[in-house]
Amino acid sequence: MTQSSTTQLDGNAKPEGFELFMLRMNKKFKSVDPYLTVAGIGLWLFAYWVLCEGLEIWRFNKLPGPVAISKDWFSTTPFQGISIFTQEYYDHIAVSCQRILFAFGLATGLGVPLGLFMGWSRSIRDYIFPIIETLRPIPILAWVPLSILLLPGFEGPVIFLATLASFFVTTLNAMLGVDSIDEEYFRAAGCLGSSRWDIFRHVVVPGALPFIFTGLQISIGVAWFSLVAAEMVSGDLGLGYLIVDAYMNNVTVPMVIAMITLGFIGYFSSACVRALGNKLMAWHVKELAQQGR
Amino acid sequence: MVNKSPKRKKIGALSIKNVTKIYDPSGVNVKAVDDCSMEIAGGEVCMIVGPSGCGKTTLLNAIAGFHSITEGSIHLDGELLCGPTKPKAEQSAERMVVFQHGALFPWKTLQENVAYGPTVQRVLSKNEAMDKAGQMLAEAGLGQFVKKYPGEVSSGMARRAEIVRALINNPKVLLLDEPYRAMDALTKQIMHESLLETYDRTGVTIFFITHDLEEAIFLGDKVHVVTTRPCQLKKTVEVKIPRPRSYATQSSEGFRKLLEEVNDAVHEEAVKAFQAGEREMA
Amino acid sequence: MSAVGNFLKNTTTRRGVGAIVCFVIIWHIGAMIDDWTGVDVLGIGLVPPPGDVFAAFLGVIPKVGYWMSWVSSFSRVLAGFLVAMIIGIPFGLLLAVNRYFRGVFFPPFEILRPIPPLAWVPASLIFWPTNEMSIAFVTFLGAFFTIVINVLGGARSIDISYLRAAQSMGASQMDLFWKIVLPGTLPSIFTGAAVGMGITWEVVLAAEMISGGGTQGGGGLGFFIWNSYMGGSLEQIVVGMISIGIAGYICSSTIRKIGYFFMPWRRLF
Repeated sequence: MTQSSTTQLDGNAKPEGFELFMLRMNKKFKSVDPYLTVAGIGLWLFAYWVLCEGLEIWRFNKLPGPVAISKDWFSTTPFQGISIFTQEYYDHIAVSCQRILFAFGLATGLGVPLGLFMGWSRSIRDYIFPIIETLRPIPILAWVPLSILLLPGFEGPVIFLATLASFFVTTLNAMLGVDSIDEEYFRAAGCLGSSRWDIFRHVVVPGALPFIFTGLQISIGVAWFSLVAAEMVSGDLGLGYLIVDAYMNNVTVPMVIAMITLGFIGYFSSACVRALGNKLMAWHVKELAQQGR
Repeated sequence: MVNKSPKRKKIGALSIKNVTKIYDPSGVNVKAVDDCSMEIAGGEVCMIVGPSGCGKTTLLNAIAGFHSITEGSIHLDGELLCGPTKPKAEQSAERMVVFQHGALFPWKTLQENVAYGPTVQRVLSKNEAMDKAGQMLAEAGLGQFVKKYPGEVSSGMARRAEIVRALINNPKVLLLDEPYRAMDALTKQIMHESLLETYDRTGVTIFFITHDLEEAIFLGDKVHVVTTRPCQLKKTVEVKIPRPRSYATQSSEGFRKLLEEVNDAVHEEAVKAFQAGEREMA
Repeated sequence: MSAVGNFLKNTTTRRGVGAIVCFVIIWHIGAMIDDWTGVDVLGIGLVPPPGDVFAAFLGVIPKVGYWMSWVSSFSRVLAGFLVAMIIGIPFGLLLAVNRYFRGVFFPPFEILRPIPPLAWVPASLIFWPTNEMSIAFVTFLGAFFTIVINVLGGARSIDISYLRAAQSMGASQMDLFWKIVLPGTLPSIFTGAAVGMGITWEVVLAAEMISGGGTQGGGGLGFFIWNSYMGGSLEQIVVGMISIGIAGYICSSTIRKIGYFFMPWRRLF
């Protein structure tokens, strides 16, 4: 900390790397925000505990409180079967993550190119867009029975549902991304002697990237949403199945553990997508930084 | 007297004859340009002055090949760009546009932006183009910014880089659409000096749209005043101030007189345009 | 006849109609392929042909039970959605305008938000005394998070110069809220509402399927599909899917219409 303050006194030298980090942390802890955050989370946990375990209010007493959950979660011999020391817990996580990776990858691989082509070419859009718009209002979960009947095994329907949800979001955002590109960039590229393919590669793809990544962040969220639903209805493994399975067996702690785990992994996966986006779009990040955002 | 650099070739003569453009969105005819004719000699700096939204940009778009024209014809060095048989000109690197809001690709660094033209035209290899781009940017005083993204540099720097991006293709005509519109007066001065310097070096034909009268007289060989929509040529003022010009020129007696002359012509149109209250065409 | 002619004059419409007709034809071919060739490709042959679905649709229309499903799904969606709006909009605005409120309540909100709404279904079945209440709760949750996030984002992105302009003209704190913050947030509120409505339908459907549609009253469209699935009637499954698609579309276009009515300054575009 002393180091960072000397750098400031030196004048023009901008702090970098670790020093910059320290400077930011220092600044952060001087403001009131981190304390409010701690207070907020503490208050919430306390309220949860009072309702469920402290006073055992009617109906709240049916749910496991924070103490019961953390006792089981971090115990080597969990009372209700699931903890960070049981293999089963990681099996469920691994299965869900694999499914998400596969579905999200598939939806991105299909959706991004399709969306870009739809934005780039009037005729492709004219032919494909109406079909997508006809199918899109049907909620993903309405496909559940049909996909269970048509696709083999447990894996097929689950992945199909997650992919479908993700695909619509990704495709539409890629298309809107192309729409969002200023006409002048196309004109400039035309002036500079680009072929149609050059325009696609150098204008359409990079110009649509910010929208594509916004779309991907939403898309991984809806992929988790439908994955959980699908696993709950027709699963053999996975976190969604764990929730239903626990419910069926009248054990509530694994149910809540699975919910919290889902929250963490869901958050982590969208943070990964965001980080990848920022890495690929250095220009965009710097532009926003210049505008003070 | 005016064009005497040894590099100067008399190419890039534009001849605009009786051009009319009618927009027809949803059946409502809007006449943007009406029977407009002008001759621009090779190597001339031609300034188009008129009220906002009068159809100047439409004319530029027709030359650049972004829009078709309804009637008339446009020739470049005697070659037909667009006319009755061919309503829309092809876009080509011989007519480079510098846009009103700036159109450097935000996802490419300045150097990559400048190198883009020669690379996609397969004139130079990627590496050669990058080298040449770096060199030209350095000549324009942007040497230390070559690796920056357009979002990271000031609008003046970006605009200068955009002109370099146009010039690397050796265009016959440079089409500028109010490129300095959003700049403060001080930056504008610097941009003017840099453009004049560039012009003295290359002698490229410049077709420059503006509504800043001082800018028009300071930069131009001829100032064409056009009417409010539909755009028609109202008056041509020749600027016989010798080149190279410097900022001191702006306070000379001759300059003041020309300014008055142009202002008289344009003011009436500006009032008409204002009262019509039409929204500027994008 | 000329109206149809005019309608088809536009290239985009013509291509769109063509594409959908092609889609139906491919659907038909796909559905019939195992009947024609005797080869079963990945169960695609199980898909009912469009003609059968249409017949099933006609068969179901006069039935009261089918319309009762509409009514009960709609009422569930509306209940959850309206409660989410009523609680979510003030909550989001409070988060936006008060720094301390945001500091305390935003972190727990952000911790709960990534949990998919459907993961709450069993917990809510345990907690609430009746099935109906637990469905309503999960529905509410689904829309709530989206609405709050949109309201918060919208209110925080209002141009500060509007607030300054209003203050310089002598606006009080209440004026600022009612005349600047609220209208400035309206577009985001409607965006959030549209997205939230989509999620609401998903959740209602899932809850109806998982909980078996509730024992009392009509089971809703989700139960209609689930029932058809249990009964092995593929045509009716597709009928249910299309019905839900139409229902969702009606809801989202209603929201658009309301937004259009409340935001006259956005009609320019």
